[in-house]
Amino acid sequence: MSRPVIVCDALQKRYDGVPAVKNASFEVAPGEIFGLLGPNGTGKTSTVECLQGLRHADGGHVHVLGLDPQRQARELRRRIGCQLQQSALPDRIRCGEALDLFASLTPGAADWRLLLEQWGLAEKRQASFHSLSGGQRQRLFVALALVNDPEIVFLDEMTTGLDPAARRVAWDLIREIRERGATVVLVTHFMDEAERLCDRVAIMDNGRIVAIDTPRGLVEAHAGGVRVTFTTDLPDVSRLRRLPEVDEIVHEGACVLVRGSGAVLARVAHALVERGVTPCDLGLDQPTLEDVFLRLTGHEMEE
Amino acid sequence: MHGLLKLAWVEIKLLTREPLTLMFSFALPLLVLLVLGGIFGNQRIAHGQFHQVLTMQFYVPGYIGLVVAPIGTISLPVHLASYREHGVLRRFRASGVPEWMVLGAQFVVSVGIATIGGLLIYALGALVYGVGPPKHVGPLLLAFIVGVFAFSAIGVLLAGVLPTARAAQAAGLLLWFTMMFVSGTAGPLDLLPGWLLLIGKALPLYHLVFALEGPWNQTGTNAQQLLTAVVVGLVATLLALRVFRWE
Repeated sequence: MSRPVIVCDALQKRYDGVPAVKNASFEVAPGEIFGLLGPNGTGKTSTVECLQGLRHADGGHVHVLGLDPQRQARELRRRIGCQLQQSALPDRIRCGEALDLFASLTPGAADWRLLLEQWGLAEKRQASFHSLSGGQRQRLFVALALVNDPEIVFLDEMTTGLDPAARRVAWDLIREIRERGATVVLVTHFMDEAERLCDRVAIMDNGRIVAIDTPRGLVEAHAGGVRVTFTTDLPDVSRLRRLPEVDEIVHEGACVLVRGSGAVLARVAHALVERGVTPCDLGLDQPTLEDVFLRLTGHEMEE
Repeated sequence: MHGLLKLAWVEIKLLTREPLTLMFSFALPLLVLLVLGGIFGNQRIAHGQFHQVLTMQFYVPGYIGLVVAPIGTISLPVHLASYREHGVLRRFRASGVPEWMVLGAQFVVSVGIATIGGLLIYALGALVYGVGPPKHVGPLLLAFIVGVFAFSAIGVLLAGVLPTARAAQAAGLLLWFTMMFVSGTAGPLDLLPGWLLLIGKALPLYHLVFALEGPWNQTGTNAQQLLTAVVVGLVATLLALRVFRWE
């Protein structure tokens, strides 16, 4: 990993003595899309707010672009872009006005008209903030976060409130932000978002980071393998157990569930075909980050 | 500087779309001018230091005080508290907009509102009651700008102390109506019982009214009242910078 743009070492944050972030440590490499994944109220936003210099850390060391977010907040904020979970603009300000204003408040700003276009707000240029839909507001906030051409962009639950089509568009745009050379820190409670978008993911639960890796690495290490299912009238399928990829077979009535890892589907299919069995419903249940979360924390994400 | 002026310009545009402030600073003082003019008439004052001065000529500088006061008691506290409540201040902060710029833009806007409101009062006074121009323009402008500064500082202070826009609205209205009745802008001060006069003297509008009346109708600066307004402004600024919260 090249020299990290974010170093977060044993970060602690308490509210009225109640710990919200407990010893969170991670590093983010330049050009990465780094995800902070976890249920709501688990300390993700508090963590990034400490990185942005919006909150004071109660313990640990934090460096962003080599700067101390608390003591060098202003210099840092010129070089980062923040889409905040809880923020707003004046009700009557117009889309175009807002971008124009924030562009002129930050030295070295990007072309805000281009941003308006890229984020699909060109026809909303004259619309007041008040009249924008949830999704349009989100996109405006992301455009505001990009107005100073930042080196790191923090996106906090940016696809919340977007419909599925708009989420996909947003994902493409996030990839595009990275293509242009910026690092992206993505806070989300959507498993699929983290899985598809992030290069690496830190899973947070109850103020702690419980695992950090690539989505694939997390799944391989923690999700507990692949499941293959099919139905057959064969009375005995225990021979499949001899395949090195197969760990366990559950056979109930006509239904068979095979647990395993790696290329288990191909090996099982091959073995079945060899015996002249060709089930039509041979199915694969790939484990996801959802399973990783369940394994690591002992509870579901959505509770 | 460019950023500050841009921000101030956007704020002015927002004001024209959200007319609460304009009502308090433009419509109400004009209404007070017409209503009180109707009640008290416009005779020449028969005795005292303002002998022979038209009643409305005497009161017009006070009404200009009525333009300035609601900026600090209602408009600014409600505006800033609602910005804080809704996360607008947070948005500014996250974008690295310095605090002095946000507050400085508010001051520029306040000067603009007060100037237009003051000119409206003078124009209506001249048109309806034949109010003449100020005798000493320089000292009047000085008192005016000191007044806007003092009330802007009070506004930021109130916005820091009061938790929400609703609280700011309630407290501001109470303060504003109290000041209006005990500061010499709603009829002769001689009619007030001693304790009310005391309350008036404890509130900043009383002093601003006198600081404006001096140069308009008399012999120039009303030093004592002007100085009081300066001190109020400085103390409020110091307190405001301590208590103002962005979150």
